[in-house]
Amino acid sequence: MKRNILKIAIVFFLMLVLATPAMAENVLRWASQGDPLTYDPHSANESPTIGASTQVYEALVNRNWKLEKEASLAVSWEIINPTTWEFKLRKGVTFHDGTPFTAEDVAFTVKRANAETSEFRNYIKSVVETKILDDYTIQLITSGPNPILADQLTYVFIMSKKWCEKHGVTEATSFKDQEESYAVRHANGTGPFMLELREPDIKTILVKNPNWWGLKQNPHNIDKIIYTPIANAATRVAALLSGEVDFLLDPPLQDLERIKANPNLKVQQTAQIRTIFYGIDQGSAELRSSNIKGKNPFKDPRVRKAMHMAIDIKAIHKKVMRGMSIPANVMTPPGVHGYPKDLDEQRPPYDPEKAKALLAEAGYPDGFEVSLDCPNNRYNNDERICQATVGMLGKIDIKVNLVAQPKTLHFPKITGRKTDFYMLGWGVATLDSHYVFTYLLDSEGPWNGSMYSNPRVDELTRAMEVEMDLAKRDKMIRETWEIITEEQVYIPLHHQVIAWGMNKRLEMPMEPNDQPQFRWARMK
Amino acid sequence: MIFYAISRVLQSFAVMLVTAFVCFILFNYVGDPINNMVGQETTIQDREALRERLGLNDPTAVQFLRFLRNAAQGDFGISYRLQRPVKDVIPERLPATMELVFASAVLALALGIPFGIYTGLNRDTWLSRAILTGSLAGVSLPTFVIGILLIYLFSVTLGLLPSFGRGETVQVIGWWTSGLLTVSGWKSIILPSITLCLFQLTLILRIVRAEMLEVLMTDYIKFARARGLTDRAINFGHALKNTLVPVITVTGLQVGSLIAFSIITETVFQWPGMGFLFIQAVHFADIPIMVAYLVMVALFFVIINLIVDLLYFVVDPRLRMDRVETAGQG
Repeated sequence: MKRNILKIAIVFFLMLVLATPAMAENVLRWASQGDPLTYDPHSANESPTIGASTQVYEALVNRNWKLEKEASLAVSWEIINPTTWEFKLRKGVTFHDGTPFTAEDVAFTVKRANAETSEFRNYIKSVVETKILDDYTIQLITSGPNPILADQLTYVFIMSKKWCEKHGVTEATSFKDQEESYAVRHANGTGPFMLELREPDIKTILVKNPNWWGLKQNPHNIDKIIYTPIANAATRVAALLSGEVDFLLDPPLQDLERIKANPNLKVQQTAQIRTIFYGIDQGSAELRSSNIKGKNPFKDPRVRKAMHMAIDIKAIHKKVMRGMSIPANVMTPPGVHGYPKDLDEQRPPYDPEKAKALLAEAGYPDGFEVSLDCPNNRYNNDERICQATVGMLGKIDIKVNLVAQPKTLHFPKITGRKTDFYMLGWGVATLDSHYVFTYLLDSEGPWNGSMYSNPRVDELTRAMEVEMDLAKRDKMIRETWEIITEEQVYIPLHHQVIAWGMNKRLEMPMEPNDQPQFRWARMK
Repeated sequence: MIFYAISRVLQSFAVMLVTAFVCFILFNYVGDPINNMVGQETTIQDREALRERLGLNDPTAVQFLRFLRNAAQGDFGISYRLQRPVKDVIPERLPATMELVFASAVLALALGIPFGIYTGLNRDTWLSRAILTGSLAGVSLPTFVIGILLIYLFSVTLGLLPSFGRGETVQVIGWWTSGLLTVSGWKSIILPSITLCLFQLTLILRIVRAEMLEVLMTDYIKFARARGLTDRAINFGHALKNTLVPVITVTGLQVGSLIAFSIITETVFQWPGMGFLFIQAVHFADIPIMVAYLVMVALFFVIINLIVDLLYFVVDPRLRMDRVETAGQG
């Protein structure tokens, strides 16, 4: 009896240890920190969710990995008159459930994305009417001239009218209903992958769409994608090192060397479309957290320039970011239309003496105190950058009190204009400078926590929204950049560099907006 | 006895109510859930409109009463982050935590009691000292360090066990999904349950050891030895039985702690249980989930404590005797 038990125990143990699944197809397993919030493509305007939508849904216009616009569900588009854009749609495209894609679906999508319940309204709100000319031609009528409609449409994912009506999801998630909307865990798009299984926080499984229209020009060989969110950074890296996942979107910077050292793994990196900078309140009469009463030191551009000069960005680049950053002098990275390359290269060299002299000239020879609000779970090494800054500003007698909090608590301070001095990182969805101006520099910009208000900048920002003459528009963009760089409205730090860790078997171009599109992936 | 039971139940109700109120008040001031539900660019007007729709602008008392009325029916609203009703999400995650806690408790008992007996009986052997020193690691090393170390050793270096997840699960009864019926499920539960059981194991080990040492000094053990009973009969027949009563009490109370510590273990191993759900809700200021979780955990604690108190009353004759005597003299 005992011997039998022993034998069974040995077999059981061996089974446990040696059981490995046989792989006949190409399965890409990947992980990152965040799980998409929903698979409804109009519901949540945030990165992991959009990244998930792009595998399954498609827009009229897509951006490739060089961030150039390319034809997607629309094969061509033309501006008929300043308020009318005509799109010719692709023929022979079907949704995952087999229904054909036509102009009806585009009109329906525009309406759905424009509704109050959609978070993607901003990308489509200039469109007031759609005219269907035939099954594959549609006109979008805008409220006023909109030179960047095509850029904005890259985020409007096309849904099937029939499918939405069948499942009662003609509106994006509305919190009034106490039921879960069908579109949260089910999807029906035209994209290269179909959603097979969605278990939030546990795993998501996508399978290849064999009828995808783009298969000829993008012959990817991925049959199945299994995504697992892994919140803990160390566990994520362990999963990559042990071979349980093939691709990591966000390996921690300190583990990149370890990943590179593994013979089966490699690291790819690229500059990201996101710049990290400090915002400074120059609108309030008095700062909330400072010992200077009766006036606001940040209103004086000399103080702002002194702070800019006192930050040793090269040291931050080397020690804090471990080389994974590109020091900057403007708040938007290369790749964005209107990016002023010459201004970005004119960052004043690190000079604490000169900074201290400037401060004294401005009337603060003994410096002052202020609080710095910093997120601790949003950008690469955000808290550590702030800690380094505290030390550097301390050298010119600006005593900084660091308040580091999760983004849930940090961002409302900026949108609510309740902070003196804060860190923010800004990505540019439409890849146009106007996106930066309208949110961060316009007096009414929702994220203008610095309360900067310059009538000329407001005038330019609103004019470039409707200027169809691109040469004139570019001049406006240039002038705006010159004004805000000269006045040191924000204190730019660096453009982020992102790194992806992956198995050497996987070949994928890197995307500067940190959203992998697996349609371009190949497994060897 | 009846009075005692009723008064304890009423106390439990009061505790639950206060807990619900405190959670609710606390969380209305933590973070801004609107910010997590909308993207960077939503206008201020749209945010205000969403606040109105969700009823976040109503006075606190109104919101709390609404919450109590719904909670009594098991309805905690819709999770802001997952956009699904909370009463659907919680049963999905509960089995994972329960199985992990169960596996850890079994491990802690199965290893703690024998080790405790051994170190109690053989005080000066090197093995005893080794076990006691090793057990210090169980209480001094933080849970996440132990977890990462185990992952590093068994997943990365040796490649034997998975580093995250629960493996394949099987739908057993209704909504209960079990990972204990599949091979990958077993492989996945080994490391997390070792991580979670360590501090409890140390506790049980030391309690059993201390109790054994104390009991072995008592008169009736000396008398049994004088009568000539074998060591085995004394140690396991008499001493052990008396040792185990406080151990069971402590273990029962510690189950609550296991559920609490499971938050960290689940985060390290990406174990899709209640603790992990809670941590993500905190990061996201997902108030419905946070409140539902805390109310549920408070309920667990209250029920367990209630059972333990009542059991104590039943099991220990001395408590019953005292009450009868004082009642008689009163």
